[in-house]
Formats: sequence, C-alpha cells, structure tokens
Amino acid sequence: MTVLGIILSAILTDNFVLSKFMGCCPFLGVSQKISSSIGMGAAVIFVMTCSTAITYPVYMYLLVPNGLEYLQTLAFILIIALFVQLAEMFVRKCFPPLHRTLGIYLPLITTNCAVLGVTILNVDLFAASESFLTGYLHALLYAACAGVGFTLALILFAGVRSRMEDADIPAFFKGTPATLIAASIVSLSFMAFSGMS
Amino acid sequence: MMRKTKSVSLWQEFSKGILRENPNLVGLLGICPVLAITQEARNALGMGIATTFVLICSNAVISMLRKVIPQTVKLSAYIVIIAGFVTLTQFLLHGYAPELYSALGTFLSLITVNCIILGRAEVFAGKNGVFRSVLDGAGMGIGFTLSLLLVSSFREIIGSGTWFGIPLTGEYKVALLRSAPGGFFALGCIIALVSALLRKKPPEGIGCNGCPNADTCAASKGGCSR
Repeated sequence: MTVLGIILSAILTDNFVLSKFMGCCPFLGVSQKISSSIGMGAAVIFVMTCSTAITYPVYMYLLVPNGLEYLQTLAFILIIALFVQLAEMFVRKCFPPLHRTLGIYLPLITTNCAVLGVTILNVDLFAASESFLTGYLHALLYAACAGVGFTLALILFAGVRSRMEDADIPAFFKGTPATLIAASIVSLSFMAFSGMS
Repeated sequence: MMRKTKSVSLWQEFSKGILRENPNLVGLLGICPVLAITQEARNALGMGIATTFVLICSNAVISMLRKVIPQTVKLSAYIVIIAGFVTLTQFLLHGYAPELYSALGTFLSLITVNCIILGRAEVFAGKNGVFRSVLDGAGMGIGFTLSLLLVSSFREIIGSGTWFGIPLTGEYKVALLRSAPGGFFALGCIIALVSALLRKKPPEGIGCNGCPNADTCAASKGGCSR
C-alpha cells in the first residue's frame, strides 16, 4: 500500500465507524455536542497511535519469535488497558488543563473496540512488510489516520444531530432509532468515496 | 430459610435478558457486532453463539472470583478473564468452523471489548452467586443472539433475497441493506419496532447505564447520554 493509499483509505473509504463499524458506542454516545466530540476524537487519535506504537513491536519481536501469535488479543488488550491508565495518570498530574478537556474521555477508550481493532488490523495489514521499519511507520500512519477518520465522522455527525433536535419525529422513532437512521445517511455519504479505491 | 430480600426468581434472572432488558435493543450495549456482521444470518448466529459462550464462562469465573479480585484492579482482571475465553473461542472456531472463523475476522477478537460482557461482569457477576450469574449470562447471551438474528434476517432477506443462504425473493432485493448504511438503517428500524411492541419509549441515548466505566467517565455525566 502506498502512503497516500493508507491515508485515504483510513480516513475516507474504510472509515472506522461508518464502514467498519468499530467504535460505534462512542460515535453514537459522545456526538451530542461538537465540543465533546472534538475532545473524544483527539483522545482517540492519541490512544490509537500510542497503542499501535507499543503493540506492533511487541507482536513482531515478542509474540512471533516465540510462536505466541494466538495470545494477540490478550496481550493487546492488556497493553491498551495499562497504557490508557498510565496516560490518564500522567496527564492528570502534569497537564491538569488538558486533563479537564481530554482526560475525561480516556477511561472510556479502554473498551472502545476501534482501538483494539486498529492494533489488530495493523498487524494483519503490515506484518508482512519487507522491513520492520516500513511496516512500523505504515502502521503508525494508519493508526493516526484511522483516528482522524473517527474524529471526522464524529464531528460531522455531531453537526447533523444538533440540527435534528427540533425535528418532528414519530414517537417510536424518537431518540436512538432516529439517531441510527441519521447515522445511516451520513454513512451513505461516505460510501461515495469508495469509488476512489 | 426463605430469602425474602431477593424476590427475583431464577426464571426471571434468565428471562430478563431476552426481551425486557435485551442488551442491544433496549440497553443499547455492544451494537458494533450487530451492525458489522449482520449481512448474513448464518454469520450472525455464529457470532451470537460465540459471544454467549464467552459471556456464560466469564460470568461464571468472575462470580467465583468475586471475593478474591481487589476492587482497584477489578476492570483489568475482568478484561484478562474475558480475553482468555475469547482466545479459547478463537481456537475452537479455527479448528471446527474455519469458514465462520474467517467470516467473523477481527470481530471475533473484539468480543473482548463488547460492553455487554464487561457490563454484565460489573453489574451482575461481580455481585451475585455462580448459578445466578450463569443464568444471567445465558439470558443476556440469548437476547444478544436473538437481536443479531433479527437484524441479520431483515438485512439478508431484503438485501440479498435469501435467508440462511436459502433463496427467497429471487431478483427483488435492495442491495443497499447489505452495505454499511443499511446496517445503521436496519438497527434503527428494529429498535423502533421493538419499542412499539413493548409499548415503551425508545431508549434516549446510547447505554451508559451498563457501561463498566460509567463511574469514572465524566462523559456519562454530561456527554454520553445527555
């Protein structure tokens, strides 16, 4: 995959939320306000990139040489959980203002399937690269762009939802059903990008 | 001795997850797999059974260990137990159902972070006995499987004109339902339908109530559901 290909597919054509359905809970849950969706998105970009930075070398240098690939899920989720807790403590201690805006979203991210998903996908996609370094850099780029794609979808959807508040919706569609159908229309608009690939 | 304080019967413990407190359609937890692997009813059924298996096993083990696990590392301990059973499931499926294994792909590993399982561990198995926890897990798992089947049947019959691979409507099909937007659309319609049948208001926001992080996460007090 070329660098441009990675960027375009992670952000637009294979958008994590809208075409892979990973991280739907925060997508539907934290998209009420544009400000909170920006905070959530930034936290997701950060955690996705950093956990890939740790899990990819762990997989290549610890699991593969020892024939332990099957422990992938267990190892990755432990690393993510530990990393998120450490990051939360670090940010709270060293950057209190940042913690007030971004830190509150961090605990939510441990169980965000987009983060575990991106680490696993990265191993699937790039483990066969010719050298470790190319694979590693591509994986980091893919993780960051997947986070950007998530944020883009979140912000766009927050905009759509704020316009939906005053809409007159039949009683049984009020609340979640209407939100899901709006998400379907946003996802439809992202389908248009699939022609690029 | 009669236990008056706990008036919930074993049957209620089991049956609440199936419709009344259905984790997806009423509780709105773990909806990623419901959107992602429901193009075909067969895969959805496989996913449902795999998740139910993990849910029952992890509920049982967590409930056995509930007095041993320290409060501070509760979440990490639960995740490790769940991930262990997910790895076991991966082995079983890889060995006995390789087609299903490749069809489910990444989403098999992602059972680990399914909020239903972690939610039940936190809300139920960490506080109740083994037998009740197993019943609770079985009920919730069956409820999850049923909603997967419901959404996937809707999508497969209308989107591909087949059901479990059996041809039904021939050429008359709406291919959009097979694609990603169709997933959101189908789930939205089915939640509306279930709320109409249960005669109660559809859930307002995405479920923070069962989320294991609800206490620590400020989003649950502002951003998440309100």
